[in-house]
Amino acid sequence: MITVGRYNLRWQTLLTIVVLTLLCLIWVYPFLWMVSASLKTQSEVFSSGLNLIPQDPQWHNYQRAWVDAQFSRYMINTVLITVGTVILTIVSTSLAGYVLGRYRFIGRRPIMAILAGTIFIPAGYTIIPTVDLANKLGLLNSLWGVILVLAGTGNVIHILLFSAYFSSLPKELEEAAVLDGAGFLTVFFRVMLPLSGPVIATVTILKFLGSWNNFFVPLVFTFSRPDLRTLSVGMFAFVGENETDWTGMAAAATISLIPVIIIFFVMQRRFVEGIAGAVKQ
Amino acid sequence: MTVLSSQNRGAPASLAPSTILNKVWRDRWIYLFLVPTIILFGLFTLYPMIASFLLSFQDWNGFSREASYVGLANYQEVIADPQFWMAFANTILFMVITVPIRVTLALILALVLNNPKLPFAGFFRTALFLPVVTTMAIVGVVMTFVFDPVGGPVNQVLMDTNLISAPINFLGRSNTALPTAMGIHVWKWFGVTLIYWLAALQTVPEELYEAARVDGASVYRTFRHITVPLLVPFGIIIVLITAIDTLRVFDLILTLTGGGPFLKTEVVEVYIYRWAFNSSIPRLGYASAAAVFFGLTTMFMAILQGLGYALVRRMRGTS
Repeated sequence: MITVGRYNLRWQTLLTIVVLTLLCLIWVYPFLWMVSASLKTQSEVFSSGLNLIPQDPQWHNYQRAWVDAQFSRYMINTVLITVGTVILTIVSTSLAGYVLGRYRFIGRRPIMAILAGTIFIPAGYTIIPTVDLANKLGLLNSLWGVILVLAGTGNVIHILLFSAYFSSLPKELEEAAVLDGAGFLTVFFRVMLPLSGPVIATVTILKFLGSWNNFFVPLVFTFSRPDLRTLSVGMFAFVGENETDWTGMAAAATISLIPVIIIFFVMQRRFVEGIAGAVKQ
Repeated sequence: MTVLSSQNRGAPASLAPSTILNKVWRDRWIYLFLVPTIILFGLFTLYPMIASFLLSFQDWNGFSREASYVGLANYQEVIADPQFWMAFANTILFMVITVPIRVTLALILALVLNNPKLPFAGFFRTALFLPVVTTMAIVGVVMTFVFDPVGGPVNQVLMDTNLISAPINFLGRSNTALPTAMGIHVWKWFGVTLIYWLAALQTVPEELYEAARVDGASVYRTFRHITVPLLVPFGIIIVLITAIDTLRVFDLILTLTGGGPFLKTEVVEVYIYRWAFNSSIPRLGYASAAAVFFGLTTMFMAILQGLGYALVRRMRGTS
């Protein structure tokens, strides 16, 4: 009986693995198809059925996307926007999270209440006045405009993450530093900020994903400046302009997705922890 | 400097205004630290929220033109527009259909993947999570080709296996476009819900399972009497987070179908975009009225979430 039971268990595990493998294959298939199509000829995409291996890799598809379709330009724009947004976000949210988490002061409660009240505001609700304001400030049609808008939206969770972390650090830390004659700034930059590495990493990843993948803001900010498009906006425009160039499209999509996928694989643990943190709190 | 008690220090209570000023002056570094957030958040989150509301009472045909006050006319027009209600219905339909699928399927897979004896669990988790990190707008474009009736792989599989006799134009037919978009949405965001459930399952102490095993409880009974009661509070939060997620499908819909065919897949954010940015005469006040309507719906969901959190706390408190 026990042997049968054990056999049964193994058989079940095996079945589970087979089913999961099939599911995962279906799950990643669109990506495999995309990479495969990016190396095929136009006619091969239609004729080769489900065969993913290209007969003769067509690397010039990438050249067409990278040079002719300007994806090199879009890549630079996206990197600049992402780096700028992440840096601005880390600076502003760590400073705010520190004082909100560690001090009681006049105005703290209303600030917390206003922040909490805006967590779930959808982009569609604020986009029209945002464009109007950017227009009046001369920020429309500039990368800076996109960076400032992205750094000024969707940060409440990040502030709360910093605030929760800083409030959990023991009091003795800064008391010791204060005895040594450290002022407010020294305590923050020399004692507190260096300790907040894990939160900085989490916020960096969440904001990196948010700004690299953003579409609505760069779309409406670059209507009259095609040279400022990001990868996602460029992709949208590319399809509108070259409806039949499937292989060029696949190459452009691969170029756009490879950086996030690589960063995801390198920092997988932090990605998962960062996202899981939303439920655990 | 004493932490968390700075209000107790400072000048003794004298004239109230000067006390406040003294306190503010003493805490000047604190306020200075808040300046970047106040500027960024104030300009690009708080101001647009208020301005959107005010704009919804105005008639305004372009960013460089003057606006005029029209009272509730925009709202009356929004409410009378069947296209708005179609977009609204699509948004709600998206939520009502995809949320249960995502939450249930993710729970089943999380239970399977949470088994420490399962080989390659990490690999499976990675594969299922992969779409989450990718750019929705780009995925949307790729999917228009994957579901293409002429050369797309989905139709090729269905044709090769003789499941269908003629290719289906999944995204071009009015009765298949929205379900296809929902399917892609589930595929894209499934991994997030899975991670939520896995995080929730991690909180169930291993000893409880061992105790149940020693007592000879069946797999079903263990699930029913140990896992479920401990997961219910998390479940409420996961359903609400997932629901709010599904209100934001602008990127997917615009790149996948642009709202078509015949506006059958248009959601509220695409409707706002169409009136504000994609029509020959932009109607910004009118689009704002639709946006406020939509924002209120989202806020209602958020309030539900707040109530959910409160409920969870109470449940944790009593158990």
